Amino acid sequence: MNAFLPSLPTIVALVKIGLLVGGLMTAAAYLVLVERWMAAWVQDRKGPNRVGIPLTKIRLFGLGQPLADGLKIILKEDFTPRHVDKVLYTAAPVVILAASLAIFAAIPFGSSLPAIPALGLTSEEPLLVAPGLDVGVLWVFALSSIAVYGVLLGGWASNNKYGFLGGLRSSAQLLAYEIPLGLGLLGVVLAAGSLKLDTIMDAQASTGVWFAFAQPLGFIVFLVASFAEAARLPFDLPEAEQELVGGYHTEYSGIKLLLFLVAEFLHMVTAAFLIVIMFLGGWHLWGVTGSGPVETWLVAFIRFAVLSAKIFAVILFFMLVRWSWPRFRFDQLMNLAWKVMLPLGIANLVTVATVEEFRPQLVTAVGEGWAKTVAIAIPWAVFFVGWIAAGMLTPSGTDNTPIRTPGPLDAEHVLDDPQRELVEV
Amino acid sequence: MSALPMIAGALIAAPLPVAAINWHSLFFLLFASVSCGFAVAVVAADNVVRMAFYLVLSLGATAGLFFLAGAEFLGAMQLMIYVGGTLVLLVFGVMLTAQAPLVAIKGSGRDRVLAGIVGVALLALLLQAAFSVKPWRAPAAGVVAEPAATPIGMSLVGVRVDEPAVGAPAANKRPGYMLPFEIVSIHLLVVLVGAAYLARAKRRKVPRAIEVAASVEPPASVAEHASIGRERHRSGSVLAGGRP
Repeated sequence: MNAFLPSLPTIVALVKIGLLVGGLMTAAAYLVLVERWMAAWVQDRKGPNRVGIPLTKIRLFGLGQPLADGLKIILKEDFTPRHVDKVLYTAAPVVILAASLAIFAAIPFGSSLPAIPALGLTSEEPLLVAPGLDVGVLWVFALSSIAVYGVLLGGWASNNKYGFLGGLRSSAQLLAYEIPLGLGLLGVVLAAGSLKLDTIMDAQASTGVWFAFAQPLGFIVFLVASFAEAARLPFDLPEAEQELVGGYHTEYSGIKLLLFLVAEFLHMVTAAFLIVIMFLGGWHLWGVTGSGPVETWLVAFIRFAVLSAKIFAVILFFMLVRWSWPRFRFDQLMNLAWKVMLPLGIANLVTVATVEEFRPQLVTAVGEGWAKTVAIAIPWAVFFVGWIAAGMLTPSGTDNTPIRTPGPLDAEHVLDDPQRELVEV
Repeated sequence: MSALPMIAGALIAAPLPVAAINWHSLFFLLFASVSCGFAVAVVAADNVVRMAFYLVLSLGATAGLFFLAGAEFLGAMQLMIYVGGTLVLLVFGVMLTAQAPLVAIKGSGRDRVLAGIVGVALLALLLQAAFSVKPWRAPAAGVVAEPAATPIGMSLVGVRVDEPAVGAPAANKRPGYMLPFEIVSIHLLVVLVGAAYLARAKRRKVPRAIEVAASVEPPASVAEHASIGRERHRSGSVLAGGRP
């Protein structure tokens, strides 16, 4: 090897990083278009369909729209108001975008490529930027909690009450929902026995049982929590255009606003990746992808395609939910996190731990097939019981009745209204 | 921060062999200087939110040092607990409480002297400890072969996997980290209970004078308010957007 060139692993890593970042940025641009199409479809109108190839009359169903949007927002004036804290105002969008891109170092974007002896790659090449990282799940979790800083600092540095309110709301929301997110994730880690995301996918492929079927409660908890972490619509209180004029990025314009918006889309993409990888089997599809090592390019491509298709389907689901649900009120948000999602997450974790603990005894007692059935049936039973119990015990979680008698747990009603207490005494 | 142009220059300048650069040392210097530089900036700054942000950068760079040393679990934990957990709460608290007069923090002379004495004493201790370590070379592979998480986890439940278990003299055996772990858990539990106690929903204590006044004859505005509230409560107000 020439001493003037970087070593082969470095080149491979750089190529992967280039592909991933380029792919993500392009995907983010086109997902905006998909989101607008989805909005148009839900609201029964046509949506963007005019911009095609520039300087011609070819329309191409509006596929040129991302280019026009991008150019427009880049060419806009990058205006910095005089009343902001300049250092933090500039740092906030950089922090949030850097954190949401760095997350993908530990997220696999396919299974792996077969060996290419001609280039010196003698073993399978995993489609993952940092394949040596043993604690991929922790890395993802750590960096997703750093993304909070972008929102917090952006809101504070803007020195604007809407921005500040958005920042406060968002930090409370993200802190609250990190706990159910972690609980949903722990069940999967416990069942797969690894903190590496590719090993988690392998575990699902080798048994053929996706964790969404083995741990339905954990799946629901993780799904809801990742909606909240991505601040997508039922949980988009940090932005809340109608109340906060965009929340924490009210004062941002031009390229800095673009960084915030791209980071937001990347959060959604990250959430979709995690949902697919941890609960929906990753690249595995029964009878199509196989579960062993990758030997041919065809298998590698099929697995990549299956993973991408699943991720795209989950993203479409995110978008459909956005245009179907109204926003939660803040107390409903907190009730959902602490009174519903947290107990359900703990119930899931205890169930999974119990099942995994007694699985060997079960296999020796009733045989492999029945053990598998029982190991799936018990979590489903817990799922239904937990669902009904949560629905019956916390009815106030989504109750929109404006005024009611304050119960012992309702701090907000007592504190809001001093006169009420006066009347009741 | 001057290391970034250095790296870029090293990549572009063709005559410099890339393989000759000691990347490990380069990244160590980068992370170490970021960590130390922003630690100094925390002390030097007088805006409390900026201080918190500099602390984030300093602790994040420390996590980078852990990753560089091959202790990935420790690095991820540093990011998750300190950068992502503790400091978010700190910034959150600062943002909630820091009104205009409290944003800028200027310590008095006495505070500075005290902080200086404590800081210098700690630095002397750490320097002494650092220089008393024997010089060592990294193994040729440069990577810790054993995953770092398993021994830590086993030690936390009282099993020392890193020690010779069978046949070793009992005096050499240490009990693992079970006791500190339990003490810390109890500590956290006490803190949680205390926080829940402080934040619990209280019945509002009405000042005596108003209470007396209310029992005798409520002022007109109060009575009106109460009747409105009662009315809405009884029937459910359609105007207020509620369900009847």
